[in-house]
Amino acid sequence: MYKIVGKIKLAEGIDRFEIEAPLIAKKAKAGQFVVIRVNEYGERIPLTIADYDSSQGIISLVTMSIGKTTYMLSKLKRGDSIRDVVGPLGKQSEIERFGKVICVGGGVGIAPVMPIAKSLKNTRNYIISIIGAKNKASLILADEMKEISDEFYICSDDGSIGFHGFVSEKLNELLEDSEKSSDSDLRKDINRVIAIGPAPMMSAVCSVTKPYSIKTIVSLNSIMVDGTGMCGACRVEVGGETKFVCVNGPEFDGHKVNFNLLMLRQKMYLNEEKKALDLYEEKCGCKMLEQKNGKTC
Amino acid sequence: MVSEKSNKRTKKVKIRRTSMPEQNPEERIKNFKEVALGYTEEDAVKESTRCLQCKNPRCIEGCPVDIDIKSFIDLISKKEFDKALDKIREKNSLPAICGRVCPQEDQCEKKCILAVKDKPVAIGRLERFVADRKLSKNSITGNESSGCSENNNSKSKELDCKSSNKKIAIIGSGPAGLTCAGELAKKGYKVTIFEALHKTGGVLVYGIPEFRLPKKILEKEVKFVESLGVEIKLNMVIGKVLTIDDMLNNGYSSVFIGTGAGLPYFMNIPGENLNGVYSANEYLTRSNLMKAYLFPEYDTPIARVRDIAVVGGGNVAMDSARTAKRLGAKNVYLIYRRSEVEMPARNEEIEHAKQEGIEFILLTNPVEIVGSEGWVKKIKCVKMKLGEPDESGRRRPMPINGSEHDIDIEAVVMAIGQGPNPLLTSTASGLKLTRRGYIEADTQTGKTSKKGVFAGGDIVTGAATVILAMGAGKSAAEAIDKYVKTGIW
Ligand SMILES: Cc1cc2nc3c(=O)[nH]c(=O)nc-3n(C[C@H](O)[C@H](O)[C@H](O)COP(=O)(O)OP(=O)(O)OC[C@H]3O[C@@H](n4cnc5c(N)ncnc54)[C@H](O)[C@@H]3O)c2cc1C
Ligand SMILES: Cc1cc2nc3c(=O)[nH]c(=O)nc-3n(C[C@H](O)[C@H](O)[C@H](O)COP(=O)(O)OP(=O)(O)OC[C@H]3O[C@@H](n4cnc5c(N)ncnc54)[C@H](O)[C@@H]3O)c2cc1C
Ligand code: SF4
Ligand code: SF4
Ligand code: FES
Repeated sequence: MYKIVGKIKLAEGIDRFEIEAPLIAKKAKAGQFVVIRVNEYGERIPLTIADYDSSQGIISLVTMSIGKTTYMLSKLKRGDSIRDVVGPLGKQSEIERFGKVICVGGGVGIAPVMPIAKSLKNTRNYIISIIGAKNKASLILADEMKEISDEFYICSDDGSIGFHGFVSEKLNELLEDSEKSSDSDLRKDINRVIAIGPAPMMSAVCSVTKPYSIKTIVSLNSIMVDGTGMCGACRVEVGGETKFVCVNGPEFDGHKVNFNLLMLRQKMYLNEEKKALDLYEEKCGCKMLEQKNGKTC
Repeated sequence: MVSEKSNKRTKKVKIRRTSMPEQNPEERIKNFKEVALGYTEEDAVKESTRCLQCKNPRCIEGCPVDIDIKSFIDLISKKEFDKALDKIREKNSLPAICGRVCPQEDQCEKKCILAVKDKPVAIGRLERFVADRKLSKNSITGNESSGCSENNNSKSKELDCKSSNKKIAIIGSGPAGLTCAGELAKKGYKVTIFEALHKTGGVLVYGIPEFRLPKKILEKEVKFVESLGVEIKLNMVIGKVLTIDDMLNNGYSSVFIGTGAGLPYFMNIPGENLNGVYSANEYLTRSNLMKAYLFPEYDTPIARVRDIAVVGGGNVAMDSARTAKRLGAKNVYLIYRRSEVEMPARNEEIEHAKQEGIEFILLTNPVEIVGSEGWVKKIKCVKMKLGEPDESGRRRPMPINGSEHDIDIEAVVMAIGQGPNPLLTSTASGLKLTRRGYIEADTQTGKTSKKGVFAGGDIVTGAATVILAMGAGKSAAEAIDKYVKTGIW
C-alpha cells in the first residue's frame, strides 16, 4: 500500500497527489512514470512522475479524471492508500545543454512537461514555454511553469485566457514571427521542442516543427499493462519500426512517430471503458460529468 | 528366481490406468474452473498399486529433480499420504503445481517401465493428489522447520544458523525464484524476493490459466514458502528501482536472478499492430493476472470476439486458445506451421483443446494480418509442407507456392515464443549474456560471470518448464550456500 500524504485540486477534474514511495523517489528522473493499481479490482494504469523529493521519499502524480480508474483516484483523500505503485519506469528524458528549448504542454500534459523543463532549466537552457488548456478553469500549473521559463505563453481553446487557440498554433506563430524578424532568428536558435499532451496535440506540434527541421520530442501515452516490456500492449511505430513505449520510451522523436496508429490503438477499448464508467456512475449514484460542473456526490 | 513380492506386483499390471474425473467439455468452456478434478483417495490408492516398485526405478531418471517416485507411490499404497508428501517435498517444494503442469509424458511417466507395454503409472496425478490433500486441510507448514526456529536444535542446523544470518536477494517470484528462496530459507538465510508484478508466481500467476492451475493452489504454495521465513516484496522492478549492485552494496551477500523469459515475440508481418492483435503474454496477463474474464467486476478489459486465431503450437498457444473459448469465442482457430506430432504442447493440453472445440489449422503459417478502420478483419495464411529436419530435430516447414488464403477473424493472439527481457540485464554491470540475450550461467551451480550473482530458470535456458526452473533454483541455492559460507567464487 502506498499512502497519499497530500492532495490538491489543481483545476476542474485535475488533482495532484503526493504519495509516499521512498524507493521510487530516490531513483526517479524527469520523463519517467509509474504504473498504479487503485485497488484489488483495479486496472494497471501509467502516470507520469510529475515531481519527486528523494529526501522526503515522496513522488507527485497529476491525474485528469477521464474514466473509471482516474475517477476512482480522484475520490481518494489524504490518508488513503493506493494499492500498488511501481516504478520508476521508462527511460529518463535526455537532459543536456541544448541552448534554446521550447516546452509545450497541453491539458494534463503540462504536468509531465514541468519536471523536464525544470531539469533543462537547471542545465542552463533557455526555456520558452507554451502551455494550453480547454479554458481558464482547466489550466494547471501556470504559475509554476512561468517561474521556470524565460519566455512564457498561455493558450486556451476558447480564448478565456491567453492566446485564443491551440498550443500548436501559438508555436507556429512564434516560429513564423522569428522568420520575419531579422535580428534574432528564433527558429535557427531553437534546438529542440518538447511536447506533451493528447496525441492530436503532439501530432499537430510535430507538423509545425517538421518544415523547420527542429528536433521534436514527444512523450507517448499508449495503453499499458505491465510497463516492463513483458506484454507488448504499448507498442507503437516509430520510424517504421515497432517499439514498446514503456521500455523504449515514453519519449520518442516525434517526426518519426505514426500518430494515426497511436490514436487508433488508444481507442481499442472504448466500449469497455464506457461500460465500466457507466456502471461505476450507477453504483455511486451520480454522473461524473455533473461532478465536473461543481456538483459532488 | 522370481521373488514372491514381485510376482504379486506383476499381476497388478492388469489394473488399467485410473482416469481422472474432468468437467465435461460443453460445461467447462463456459467457466474458468479447473478442468481436471483430481483423484479421490480411492483412485489414488488404486493407481498406486499399479506401480511395480521396480528395483531400478527408471521413472526417477525422468524427473528433473529426482523425486523418489517409487517410495512416495509406495507410501500412497499404504495410505501414508502425509509421509508421501514429505517424500516429494524432499526434492520438490511445489508438488501441487508440478503434478498439474509437468509434461509428465516426456519426463517421469515416459521412463516408467509400464509405458513399454501399457500406460505408465499416473505419477503426476498421484503427486497432485497428495499435495492437494494437504493443501485442502490448510496445514501448509508440513514437517518443514522454518529456518532458525527455536525448536530446531540439531547440530547442523545450529551451524547453519550461525553462519547464515546473512541476507540473500532473489529477483523474480516464478518457480525458479520461489524454489531458490524456499531452499535458502530452510538453510537459515534471510531471504527476500523482489517481484516486478503485484502478485507472486511468475508465469504461474500471469500465464497459466485458472482452469489449469487454480490460483488458490498457487497461493497456498506461496504461503508455504513464506512460512519458511521468506519475505516477498512486490512492485519492485529490479534494474529500475534498485540495481543488482545496489543489492550487493547494501548487505545482500548474494543475488539470484530468476526473471524468466518475459519478452513477447511477434512475427514481424504486416498488420501486427492493428487493434485486436495480442501477444500471448498480454492476452493471458489480462485474463489471468488482471482477471479480465471477470470484467466488469474487475476493471481490466479484453477483446471478446466471435472469431479469433491463435498462432503457435505450444502450451502458451493452447492456454490462449482455451481462454478465448471461455471468453465466448465461437470459432477459435489454432494456426500452427508444422503438424500435430511436432506440437510442443503437453498431450493433455492438446486433447483438452480438441475436446473444447478448438479448430486446429495445421501446416499453415500467417503472412499478413489485414484490417479495416484499425481493427483486425482477416489473417492471410500460406499452407506449409515439411522438409528435412532442422536443428531442433523437427522437420522444417516450407511454404507451398500459391497456397495463400484468408481466414476471417476479429482478433489474433501471437503465441510463437518469448525471449529474455533486457530490462534487468541491461542495467547489471559485468553480467555476461549469450548472443541471444540470456544470462550465461553454469548449468550445475547457476554461477554467472558476476561475483556473488547466480541465475536460473527461463532467463538462462530460454522458455522451458516449471520443473526445470525449480531444479535450477534448487541447485543454485546449494551453490549460494557454499559461496556465502566459504567466500570462494
Ligand atoms: C507513459 C504515460 C504517462 C501518463 N501520464 C499521465 C499523467 O501524468 N496524468 C494523467 O492524467 N494521465 C496520464 N496518462 C494517461 C493515463 O494513463 C490514462 O488517462 C488512464 O489510463 C485512463 O484510465 P481510466 O480508467 O481513467 O480511463 P478509461 O476510460 O479506461 O480510458 C480513457 C482513455 O485512457 C487510455 N487508457 C485506458 N487504459 C489505459 C491503460 N491501462 N494504460 C494507458 N492508457 C490507458 C485510453 O486511450 C482510453 O481511451 C499517461 C499515460 C502514459 C502511457
Ligand atoms: C502460458 C504458459 C503456459 C505454460 N505451461 C507450462 C506447462 O504446462 N508446464 C510447464 O512445465 N511449463 C509451462 N510453461 C513454462 C513455464 O511456466 C516456465 O518455464 C517457468 O515459469 C519459468 O520459471 P522462471 O522462474 O524461470 O520464470 P517466470 O515464471 O517467468 O517468473 C519470472 C518472474 O520474474 C519477474 N521479473 C522479471 N523481471 C523482473 C525484474 N526486473 N525485477 C523483478 N522481477 C522481475 C516476473 O514478473 C516473473 O514474476 C508455460 C509458460 C507459459 C507462458
Ligand atoms: S516433478 Fe514432474 S517430472 Fe518429477 S515426478 Fe513430479 S510430475 Fe514427474
Ligand atoms: S518405473 Fe513405473 S512402475 Fe517402476 S517404480 Fe517407477 S512408477 Fe513404479
Ligand atoms: S506495457 Fe506491457 S510491454 Fe509495455
